Amino acid sequence: MLENKDYKVIGTRPIRHDGVDKVTGRALYGADFQMAGLLHGRVLRSPHAHAKIISIDTSRAEALPGVKGVVTAKDLPGAEDRIADLGEGAVNLKHLCDNVLASDKVLYKGHAIAAVAATNPHIAEEACTLIDVEYEVLPPVLEVRQAMEPDAPLLHETLKTTSMGETADEPSNVASHIQHKLGDPEKGFAEADVIIEREFVTGTVHQGYIEPHNATAHYNQDGQLTIWCSTQGAFTVREQVAEILQYPISKIKVVPMEIGGGFGGKISVYIKPVAALLAKKTGKPVKVLMNRADVFEGTGPTPASFIRVKMGATKEGKITAAQGYLAFEAGAYPGSPVGPGAMCIFAPYSIENVIIDGYDVVVNKPKTAPYRAPGAPNAAFGSETVLDEIAEKLGIDPLEIRLINGAKEGDRRADGPVHPRIGFIETVEAAKAHPHYTAPNGKKHHGRGVASGYWFNIGLESSVTINVNSDGTINLIEGSTDIGGTRASIAMQAAEVLGIPAESVNPSVVDTNSVGYTAVTGGSRTTYATGYAAYEAAQDVKRQMIARAAKLWEVDEANVQFADGEFSSINGKEEQISFRDLCARFGETGGPVVGSGTVNPGGAGGAYATHVVDVEVDEETGKVDILRYTAVQDAGKAIHPSYVEGQIQGGAVQGIGWALNEEYIYNAEGEMTNASFLDYRMPTCLDLPMIDAVIVEVPNPGHPYGVRGVGEVPIVPPMAAIANAVYDAIGVRMTELPMSPDRLLKAMGKI
Amino acid sequence: MARRSHVQTTINGETVEFLCEPRQSLLEVLRDELHLTGAKEGCNNGNCGACSVILDGRLVNSCLVLGVETEGKSVETIEGLAEPDKLHPIQDAFLENAALQCGICTPGFIMSAKALLDQNPNPTEHEVRYWLAGNLCRCTGYDKIVRAVLDAAAAK
Ligand code: FES
Ligand code: FES
Repeated sequence: MLENKDYKVIGTRPIRHDGVDKVTGRALYGADFQMAGLLHGRVLRSPHAHAKIISIDTSRAEALPGVKGVVTAKDLPGAEDRIADLGEGAVNLKHLCDNVLASDKVLYKGHAIAAVAATNPHIAEEACTLIDVEYEVLPPVLEVRQAMEPDAPLLHETLKTTSMGETADEPSNVASHIQHKLGDPEKGFAEADVIIEREFVTGTVHQGYIEPHNATAHYNQDGQLTIWCSTQGAFTVREQVAEILQYPISKIKVVPMEIGGGFGGKISVYIKPVAALLAKKTGKPVKVLMNRADVFEGTGPTPASFIRVKMGATKEGKITAAQGYLAFEAGAYPGSPVGPGAMCIFAPYSIENVIIDGYDVVVNKPKTAPYRAPGAPNAAFGSETVLDEIAEKLGIDPLEIRLINGAKEGDRRADGPVHPRIGFIETVEAAKAHPHYTAPNGKKHHGRGVASGYWFNIGLESSVTINVNSDGTINLIEGSTDIGGTRASIAMQAAEVLGIPAESVNPSVVDTNSVGYTAVTGGSRTTYATGYAAYEAAQDVKRQMIARAAKLWEVDEANVQFADGEFSSINGKEEQISFRDLCARFGETGGPVVGSGTVNPGGAGGAYATHVVDVEVDEETGKVDILRYTAVQDAGKAIHPSYVEGQIQGGAVQGIGWALNEEYIYNAEGEMTNASFLDYRMPTCLDLPMIDAVIVEVPNPGHPYGVRGVGEVPIVPPMAAIANAVYDAIGVRMTELPMSPDRLLKAMGKI
Repeated sequence: MARRSHVQTTINGETVEFLCEPRQSLLEVLRDELHLTGAKEGCNNGNCGACSVILDGRLVNSCLVLGVETEGKSVETIEGLAEPDKLHPIQDAFLENAALQCGICTPGFIMSAKALLDQNPNPTEHEVRYWLAGNLCRCTGYDKIVRAVLDAAAAK
């Protein structure tokens, strides 16, 4: 299915440029950073899910030998209740600051209250136990429907619901209500021969990256602040820290170290401003590391949600109307991904009559953060399960009903945009033709399920600089954190333009002082947008080198062409010089060649995936085993197919974990009772079969090589696909995530 | 501060001496005292395998071993695996198979795979999955990691 006829580098599988460093242990991640005179910081966190802070006394901690400084919210420059735009959307500054260090209230267990810098981490930890905090404990609100009740305890006395431009008079835990409407849903449902309406509940899950958050900060005497950290976006760290500390961005340098996974969870700042405050207070570099419990309790999970989906279809399988109700837990502060969930819920289908309501609701849990296609998996669990039930009622093959209704170029999404060329239908066709789908599946307690998913992908700003070396290689400077092989996929796009091998590119991810503005590694944008910038920078190099060749040959630039790594003159003089040989002659033709490219592309191009899964359900224990898994996805153009497959496989497996095991388990006091990898059970390799990743290529018209983002959409279909397979196996519709053994036994009426 | 003990051990074939507090784990000693940061901390309680090293021929989570326990023993870490001019076959197989994304789990997986292949040079897919179940990877879905280990075994 992968074609390669037009490209030399794109579509091949070179060894990634940072590979040797990463297999030898030499690559330096955030926690590996060392510096002379380093102090170690530790954060004190709230033991309560909801409480007023009456007082904080740090004097006993400060008196402990080895302690060099203690900070609390008082050390933050007064945070105003105002909205700042930090690239990733508008943020209330007080909420941002309070999430870093709580000022008046703690809103979840694990909420940061104070931090200590000491000569070693053990002393810092000990000092935290000597900080005396007096609380007035309040009843916690732990579930979205409970939080929406009119008499629910309030998290924020000043929070009022905004609903389509209007703000309510009374405070509420509902931060906002959004609605998208298309056509006439009532009429659409009246035309339906079959209508299915179901309610779904999904649990709180974590991104689960293996590397905990980390940050080292140092203030120079001239006020220059440097932060070394793992982050999905050095520039967004710079912006957030500048806002929180009220400090100019020109005085902040953020150095992105290698990052050990993020999945959206390493965009928000937590301990970075804290490390900076401690560095300021002590005059020394301070390193702050989270432990695993801190990561679970103090950083962004993705929301639990309550979802109601109603769909109607004719006997022939045409969907006539769809309705979605999405209530998402934002965590302690507003900002759940209910917006993206509402954009994605019915986006695989062309439906004339749609209504979608979304609610962003605060609860006493950690403030949610993006997690791989944020919001879309929750939504698709509902819609893709209901569609399966409709197909079953009508006796139509579940892939066939997707072909009947599949969205195509020119169709309008319920939230407004019209689809450009998309590859949804192609993913369904490829799934249908796959030997997995045609293989027999009739054993007792075995079941097969399918589901599809959509993610819109984003563009945003990226910058790339290329320095051309005299030996015909290039040094490519970029600002996109490499979480999964993007140095390679970006370098390959520049190599393609210049007709050089991928190995002739040395890509470097550099700090915020050393490259133009580059937005986060998120939204599946890196290979698309930073790759686009690399393409533009390489075009710039090509233009300049054409001018150099023209100068060398004393011909007009228009008479020089570049093809297959050779510059040649046309019209008259028979001259030819290779890319490499011309590089050796920069000195005599005007000095070094440096190319640059900056983009803010609008045509990210949405991604679609269709997954097929076989499961076996153990009727005695309720355990579900994944027997076979096939994930089909439109990549637009797979630059480095191995890493595209890797994204698909990794996303599918995170979805499998979400479907079967993963959830925050809370007690009545609002404490997470499973804040360790042992108890928050993510899939191990023993739980899984090979994941067959099938790449479909429907080029994205918004990118010179047709690239679409690939990172996020593979997590969208698994939950519904597995639920549909469980139904096929045992005849029980699962409407709650995760489908853990206890829930399955309950659903089967066994306990 | 507790009195620091003097420890003499062998790390990647070299005799090494260090001072450490009794409460410091081998992982802390490797990372903070000896600057061997290839072993990573993912959990600090034995759940993730990112800190895997080989101690006297046995695979261990270095976060669960005390630094002082390594007196007179021999420790193999990721830093000792490659030869000066050549990667270890498992390292090559990880690169060829694109068996890493963020790479934070990679040193642990490679040490774990080495311990497996040292005692079972021809494992089945199931044996690989069983052995590696103590190492968590959140990025790859394990497919390419399992293939890399099987390839490394075949290459030997
Ligand atoms: S850090 Fe040792 S097992 Fe996770
Ligand atoms: S590659 Fe990221 S955790 Fe394994």
